[in-house]
Amino acid sequence: MTTATDMNADSYVTADGRTIGGVVMDLKNITLRFGGVVAIKDISFDIREGEIRAIIGPNGAGKSSMLNVISGFYKPQEGEVWFRGAKRPPMKPYQVARQGLARTFQNIALFDGMTVLDNIMTGRLNHMKANIFQQAIWKGKAEREELENREICEKVIDFLEIQHIRKTPVGRLPYGLKKRVELARALAAQPSLLLLDEPMAGMNVEEKEDMSRFILDMNDEFGTTIALIEHDMGVVMDLSDRVVVMDYGKKIGDGTPDEVRNNQDVIDAYLGVAHD
Amino acid sequence: MFYREAGDFKTSYRDDSQTFPIRLDRMGYYVLMFVAFLVVPFFINDYWVNAVFAPFLIYAIAALGLNILTGYAGQVSLGTGGFMAVGAYACYKLMTGFPEVSIVIHIILAGGITAIVGVAFGLPSLRIKGFYLAVATLAAQFFLVWLFNKVPWFYNYSASGQINAPERSVFGVIVTGPNTEAWAKYMICLVFVVVLAWVARNLTRGMMGRKWMGIRDMDIAAEIIGVNPLMAKLSAFAVSSFFVGIAGALFFAVYLGAAEAGEAFGINKSFLILFMIIIGGLGSIFGSFAGAAFMVLMPVFLKNVLVGGMGWPTDLAAHFEFMIVGGLIVLFLIVEPHGLAQLWRLTKEKLRLWPFPH
Repeated sequence: MTTATDMNADSYVTADGRTIGGVVMDLKNITLRFGGVVAIKDISFDIREGEIRAIIGPNGAGKSSMLNVISGFYKPQEGEVWFRGAKRPPMKPYQVARQGLARTFQNIALFDGMTVLDNIMTGRLNHMKANIFQQAIWKGKAEREELENREICEKVIDFLEIQHIRKTPVGRLPYGLKKRVELARALAAQPSLLLLDEPMAGMNVEEKEDMSRFILDMNDEFGTTIALIEHDMGVVMDLSDRVVVMDYGKKIGDGTPDEVRNNQDVIDAYLGVAHD
Repeated sequence: MFYREAGDFKTSYRDDSQTFPIRLDRMGYYVLMFVAFLVVPFFINDYWVNAVFAPFLIYAIAALGLNILTGYAGQVSLGTGGFMAVGAYACYKLMTGFPEVSIVIHIILAGGITAIVGVAFGLPSLRIKGFYLAVATLAAQFFLVWLFNKVPWFYNYSASGQINAPERSVFGVIVTGPNTEAWAKYMICLVFVVVLAWVARNLTRGMMGRKWMGIRDMDIAAEIIGVNPLMAKLSAFAVSSFFVGIAGALFFAVYLGAAEAGEAFGINKSFLILFMIIIGGLGSIFGSFAGAAFMVLMPVFLKNVLVGGMGWPTDLAAHFEFMIVGGLIVLFLIVEPHGLAQLWRLTKEKLRLWPFPH
């Protein structure tokens, strides 16, 4: 059994001076089936504190399914999810969120009818404790909490440079900004593990550069642990500390970007190989 | 003095998140409160209170309640009439069972009982959505009305099957029964409206409101962020039914004085209140008031014009009234599907830029 002590056992310092701590999330022999289709087949990997962990693979490899397993949306038929040194019992997605997991979605999942600020404030919901009666009266605990959390959200807004759209309903925003607001909402939760599902899908070069900068800064300044799925190989190789490669639901590679780049299985999966 | 926020800088988050961030709005609100509390009661008479003010204020409470459920939390309900009936009958049983307790407490308790009933009928919302939920709440409507007609205990075995509000007073002023003065009727409704509108505003601007709106806009995303859908939906049903229950209690005890479930709280009531929030604006406190005002005032206005102004016979005018109100609703939904609240918002946005719109 993993204990708190060996979780921190082998922390190390990266070339750019960041400290990577012990294992935050450990996935052990995960298998996920939809009827007869095996989406994920016996996959194990871990995510360490403070690192940027990428999951890559061709379309249909099971990357998003993997993320959905981590965020509790899918229940794997086999395997165990260990989070912060404890085995996670089967739980609902909102319970997983309360443990300190936040995520963004491949297709933006913002609340269109609410303003940017309200969307980001929603990310704080696990940190706000006022009950319904205190909220109905407002004065006192509810207001105090609202203002304290507003301050945290404003810091996130500053960080992601979206001050000017604070009061705009999300439905009116262009795609690139929506992606940023969704990131802000996840970041506002101050998660111990942040999952990003294709944060750069459909963006132009400048937007990708901005987003990469935010991801790196987030990791650097707040020490946020990030697991991300991305198709842009340049981005993945530049950003991530370690990469998991999936193909047809199986893990075919795991290691630093350089190791993965030179892995024959990975090259085969991406470039194709003659089956004889 | 212009209607704008330029130069009106906010230096704290408290100032920034207030209900009326623009000074002119704030002053308008204070003037409205002043007129409502200190001017209207001195001029009000029986016609005005019975034709306009009491129904407007009571429907505004019911519309607020339904708007919390449908407009904010996105759960369609056609059971509003039935829940109003729960409030009315709960209030009646409490009034007759505990005559020494204040009517105000009875009305609030009636709201609480309705909240419990509302939660019970809200349970299906966890499994079914949209139209199907509307049909499930429709079942609540018919079941509740049937129940209150069928079980004599609810109407204290009276021969007529009606419930009659006994005379009760607050601070020595009679507020229910036939001897109620116009201003007392108006005042008790007004106090409830103001307090409940304040509560609704507090709930909807805080985390509760965000959870509701999250469930409405994208329930899966809300759940992954950490909203418990069960609690969010049931709390919306509870708060909504609390409001609707109080509206029902006031409708019976203060406004009608005597009621019969099928007649006073039939399916028509449910639709009327649903129209109010659609016309007023879903997901807006102001919209609840605007919609209630529209649906209450329009028929009164038309009647005065057609019968009083043009001398038509009453029955003909009544039929035309239906057609015109119906036509207006259709027209409204085509021209401004987001309701009066959206018109009001657009006007305000234009005003902020006036006279230099670019």
